[in-house]
Formats: sequence, C-alpha cells, structure tokens
Amino acid sequence: MNRLARIARTTAFKLSVLYLAVFTALSAFLLIYISRNTNQLMLAQVTQTLNAEITGLPEEYVRGGVRALVASIDRRARRPDASLYLLTDFAGNPIAGNIPERPKTILGETASGVQRVHYLRRDAAGVEEEREALIRQFDLRGGYRLLVGRDLGETRHFVDILAEARQLWIGVVVIMAVVTWFFVNRRVMKRIDDIADTSQTIMEGDLSGRLPVAGNDDEFDRLATNLNAMLDRIELLMHGMKDVTDNIAHDLKTPLTRLRNRVETALREARTDTDYRSALEATLDESDNLIRIFDSLLRIARIEAMTPEAGMDTVDLRQLVGQLADLYGPAAEDAGGRLNVDVPDGLLAECNAGLINQVLVNLVENALKYAVPETGRQVITISAAEAGERIYLTVTDNGPGIPEEALDRVADRFVRLDESRSEPGHGLGLSLVRAVARLHGGDVRLQDAEPGLKATIDLPRAAAHGDTTDDDRRSTG
Amino acid sequence: MLRILIIEDDAEAAAYLAKGLTELGHVADRAGDGEAGLEQALAGTYDVLIIDRMLPKRDGLSVIEVLRKGGNYTPVLILSALGQVDDRVKGLKAGGDDYLPKPYAFTELLARVEALARRPKSGGEVETTYRVGDLVLDRLAHSCRRGQTDIPLQPREFRLLEYLMQNAGQVVTRTMLLENVWEYHFDPQTNVIDVHMSRLRGKIDKGFDVPLLHTIRGAGYTIREPAG
Repeated sequence: MNRLARIARTTAFKLSVLYLAVFTALSAFLLIYISRNTNQLMLAQVTQTLNAEITGLPEEYVRGGVRALVASIDRRARRPDASLYLLTDFAGNPIAGNIPERPKTILGETASGVQRVHYLRRDAAGVEEEREALIRQFDLRGGYRLLVGRDLGETRHFVDILAEARQLWIGVVVIMAVVTWFFVNRRVMKRIDDIADTSQTIMEGDLSGRLPVAGNDDEFDRLATNLNAMLDRIELLMHGMKDVTDNIAHDLKTPLTRLRNRVETALREARTDTDYRSALEATLDESDNLIRIFDSLLRIARIEAMTPEAGMDTVDLRQLVGQLADLYGPAAEDAGGRLNVDVPDGLLAECNAGLINQVLVNLVENALKYAVPETGRQVITISAAEAGERIYLTVTDNGPGIPEEALDRVADRFVRLDESRSEPGHGLGLSLVRAVARLHGGDVRLQDAEPGLKATIDLPRAAAHGDTTDDDRRSTG
Repeated sequence: MLRILIIEDDAEAAAYLAKGLTELGHVADRAGDGEAGLEQALAGTYDVLIIDRMLPKRDGLSVIEVLRKGGNYTPVLILSALGQVDDRVKGLKAGGDDYLPKPYAFTELLARVEALARRPKSGGEVETTYRVGDLVLDRLAHSCRRGQTDIPLQPREFRLLEYLMQNAGQVVTRTMLLENVWEYHFDPQTNVIDVHMSRLRGKIDKGFDVPLLHTIRGAGYTIREPAG
C-alpha cells in the first residue's frame, strides 16, 4: 500500500498517466475519424457503381425488350461478386434477378434515389438470410420495374474490422504506455535513488562519494556533474578547514606548551629573584608571540569571510609601494642590501589598500628575515606590471628561496616548512597573502627566482580614468 | 599628574590599569558600565578618558558620541578586543582620538595616554618651532639645527623628529611612530623602526657631547632635555 502510494507520488508515474491519457485520446480520435471517413467513402463508391450499372440496363430494354434485359441481368448476376438485380412485372412478380423478392422496407414505388434497405438473400443451399444493401430502382415502360443494389456486407465487415482495430489499438497503446512507464520509471527512479543513496553516504561523513555519471549528457548527467563539482568544492573547503584547525592546533599548542614548560621549570628550579625575573620575561615574550599568532589567525578568518566589494578603492600602486619602500628601504640597506621599486607611474588598481599593504609587509618582512643570500648582498624588488585586466604585483628576493619540491607544497597548502617552524608567523603570513589575493579575485604564485623566491599576486586593474566612484566617495565622505 | 577616567566593565583589567597609572602619580577613577561612565565623564574634569569598546548598558562608541555632541572634547583612548582596521576607523569616526587593540602592553597604553593628554588643544596656538636642549626644529622653514650646526633631514626624517619633539619628554612607542609618521597600522615583526631611529640619531646626536634621543627598553623612544 505504502509502496503503491509512493509510486503514485512519483513524477514518472504522473507523467506516464498523463501521456497515456493523451495518447489514448489522440489515437481514439484518429481511429474514429478514419473509420467514419472510410465508411462514407465506401458508400459513395457503392452509389457510384450502382449509378453506372443502372444507366446501362434501361438502354438494353429499349433496344432488345424484356427478353434482352432478362438475358443481360442473368448474365450479370452470374458474375462473381455480382451486384443485386431484380426485375418485376407490373404486378410485382419477379421475372429475373438474384434476389427472391422486393425488399419489404423499400420506400415509394417511384423513388429514384439511392436507399438503404434490408433484403432476403438466398444462397446456393437455399438458406435465406437478411442482409443490408444499398439499392436504386427504375421504372421501365410496360409496368416493369428494375431494381439494382449492392450488398453492404463487405463494407460493414470492413467497418467492423476498423472498430476492432480501434479497440486493439487502444489496448496496445495502454500496454505500451505501461511498459514505457515501467522502464522510464525504473530508469528515473533508479538514478534518483542513486543520487539519494550517495547523498546519504555523504551526509554520514564520507565526503569522497560522488554521484554516478552515465555519460550520455542528459539532464541527470548535468545534475550529477554539477552536484559532483559542488561536492569537490565542499570537500576542498572541509580539507582546508581541517588544515586550518591543524595549523591552529600546532601554532597555538606549541607556544602554549613552551609557556607552560617555562613556568613549570621556573617554579621548580628558580632560586633567586633574577631567575624569577628572567622566567617571567620569557613568559611575557611567549604570550606576546601567542597574541600575534592569534591575531593573524583572526585576521585571515576575517579576510576569508569578507565580501570582495568591502573596502575596495582605486589605489595608485606606485604611491603605495613607494611609501612602503620608504619604511623598509633603510632596514634592507642596514642589512647590506637594498630594496628596489619597479612600478610604473599611474598604475591604478582596484583594491583594499590596507590589505595590500599588509601583503607587501608580510612578503618584504619574510624576505628580510629569511632571504640572506650567500653573497651577503640582499636585493629585494617590489615590482608591478599590468596584463589585460589584471595587475601583477611581485616581491622578489635573491636569498636561498624555497626548494623546488617544497614550492608546490607551500603554494598548495601554505604549510610552514619544517626548517622555519620555529620562527613564528611565516606560514600564517603566506596564508594571509593568499587570502588577500583571493579576495581580489586572484591567487598567489610562488616561483623560483633563481636564486631566491618570487611571490606574485594579481589584482584587478582599476577602470580607466574618469571613473566616478572615487570622486563620489570623496564628496559623500 | 593626569586625571584619568577608566570606563571598563572587566573589573580586573580596570584595577590593573588604575594601579599602574596611580603608581606613576596619576589619578585614576573607574566606572563599570556605559551609563555610569558617561555620567562621571560629564561631571568630572578629566585629562583623558580610557573607554572600552564593548560595555554593558551603553556601548563605548555611544558614550563618545554623546560626549562629543554635548561639546565635551576630552581626549579619548578606545580599548577594543576587535583589532581590525575597520573597527579602528569606526572608533575614530565616533569621536575617539586613539585606538588600542586588546591585549595591550601597559607601556604602550601609558605612552598613548600621555601623548593624548599633552596633545595641543584644537584651536590653540600652533607652535612653529620645537626646541629640545640646543636642538631646534623650524616647522615653517623645514630646517633643523643643533647649536651652530645645520642638520639636513630627509622629509621622512623631518616628520619623525617633528613627532618626537612634539612629544618631547614622553615615551613614544614603535607602533605610535608607525601610525603617526607612516600612517601604517600593523605590528612590525622586524626592526624597521629601529633602523630609522638609529639613522636619525646619527644625524642629531652623533658628534655632540650630550645625547638627546634615548631608547627606553621595552617601550620605545624619547627625546628629552639633558638632565641638569
């Protein structure tokens, strides 16, 4: 019962019922139309035959008298598939013909039109049978009356066959509809059930499950392909989340453990005030470090949750980079190197200036911290160039760079390399760079600068001069 | 001595602040929620208000807005657990004068409070010349000399020295310098500021008997008159 109700609720069932009704109605209409037309056509043909017969016979009578007429009728009546003939005298007695008597239902003595009557037919064995016929009668001189008719049995038979065919046809349509429904239903239900089953396993936590794609590019394939793409994205995000959680666990747990160990050691071993003091100072440093990590994590989470429009402005990159170089240039020079700027004049980007500053600060500070070249002369270059609708902002150093095999890993997941694990913030710094790049519709690319590291992010180019949003903002702000 | 009002609902944090400020000779009053804080701020005469961003009864930003609408322009330092750039902008827009994200170092807070208190009142006479010892900074002529020696300064060095001399005798932290001289709001992980300071020191102190620019360990820098 339940199962029947479930089947009755399915779209496949409803569609099948609808199609069945439409097809049945249509074929019934078609068949009725055909049989009616056929009937009329056959009657018209019979009438035509009668008319042809009847025009010949009276001429025979005029030329050869009753004798000739009777001979002609006898001859014609003996032909296979003969028409019906009856010649009667003035008293109505049959003289010649192949039917025994005038049909009782015949109308008017002088009627000359075609009429449909019942008559008695006697076969070779003498058995009489009432049948239907179309007849026409003709009065001849001398009181003779000629009756020519055509048995309608065959026509009737044909119409009956058509009617039978109609029923058969409707039956076949119903059966075909049911069979079609069964297959369509099985196919549709099966695929929908597959989708439902797969989503069930996914909901239960197995994110690797994917919907089956039959490969015939139908609407189910399109649906399944789209759902699979969505699942890919969800899986990626879940993995990303897991990575972030793992990173948080590592980034916060390690310094927290260090902090705890120091306090414990101080409590156990410190004897003098100086001991306590240095332990407390170390604790303070460690907690500042923790706060910094926590801030970075929060900032990355915030940026990832930001809508792209938030805080976007038309920014002159030369000015922005110039100011940053002004701040960091001396630090690079003190380290025996230099900070170059290679940004063309009037290069306008549509970006969040605060976040781009943060990105450049992270990249430049990374370079200052890690990229000490063997020659000792550190060269950091901030450059920008436009390509189509994007602007590529690059920070290059000539330090040891990142090993080729690690480059992919760093670019992929932004894990910190083990060698730098002890230094705080590196991995998170690049994560932030990536979050900002993605917010601007781009991504970060790390390449080998041979030697050194080349980090590039791409930003949208600001609309051409005459862009009104900037002026509007200024006048309303 | 400064009269300071601390509007902060976390009693422990407020007590910690008040204790630190009192030990340095300031007078610190406390209020536990927005309404009480607003009342006290309107009733008393304070040099600086320290207001937490999120307060019970009345939000910290709303307290500042009411004060400003009523014509009270006491300098306000906003404390906030929300350390993002847009929160800073909101705080300053509401009428705050400075913004310090939690958690903060006490030295940082102290330096900012003192800078706020000494800030020239708006509408007051603008000093065109700063003097510290024999160091003279002429803001109109954009020139600097110490004793009889002209000291050529880069524009950025000039801004740096200007800010230090404006706060002469007080400690300015590295983040204060970054915010006020470069207009950046981030926590540098490298010694960028120290490099700029050592260059400036090389220009104004090198070759002179008495140093004017001092590094305050764990806090920042100060420029001050030689003792005695």
